[in-house]
Amino acid sequence: MDSRQIISLLPYKEPFLFVDHLESVSEQGCEGAYTFKHDAYFYQGHFKDHPVTPGVILTECMAQIGVVCLGIYLMGQSIDSLTNPQIALTSHQVDFYIPVFPGETVKVRSEKEVFRFNKLKCKVYMYNSKEKLVARGIISGMLSS
Amino acid sequence: MNKDELIAKLKPIIEPYIQDEAAFKNLSEDTDFVKDLKINSANLVDIILDIEDAFDIRLENEDMEQMMDVKSAMSIVKSKLEA
Repeated sequence: MDSRQIISLLPYKEPFLFVDHLESVSEQGCEGAYTFKHDAYFYQGHFKDHPVTPGVILTECMAQIGVVCLGIYLMGQSIDSLTNPQIALTSHQVDFYIPVFPGETVKVRSEKEVFRFNKLKCKVYMYNSKEKLVARGIISGMLSS
Repeated sequence: MNKDELIAKLKPIIEPYIQDEAAFKNLSEDTDFVKDLKINSANLVDIILDIEDAFDIRLENEDMEQMMDVKSAMSIVKSKLEA
């Protein structure tokens, strides 16, 4: 399964899709990127007159690229466009280091820790365009077709 | 390993994932992981993986499907240990 197919199988759409493209994906992990749009809805309120990407949105971006895209790849043949993958975030523990402002491009890299009995647990890292670590953590989800 | 020893070894494996404290205090062979202890599906997988480590056994999908309560967990662990 290639990057384009994986993205087409994602169960998200605007304004809650946080994957632009995948650079690589393998049995062990994946890497992808997303650019936060200047006019994204959450900047209207987070914060008043001072737009900063919310941590929950960064976490969502890390989960969509690092866990869901990888999960779709790992499920491989068992899913196709007719059987939309069922996905649930089950836990996350994320530390944040530097803020992400409107218009910034982030890169997300994940490393698979466990994928058994439909549970995928990954170490996930997010970097900004200067290669500085924005956030890192452990994110788990349940996947089935 | 007898029944009591087995339960004693399983209890600390289950404890980090329970949601219902009272049901855990009264844990018996009939305690159901989901209905009584209110454990979610992802944590049920964690319990399976922790059981594998603690008993040095390997569990398969069909074992996971059967492992609904303490009794079935005990019988699966027992059969794997004897295998």
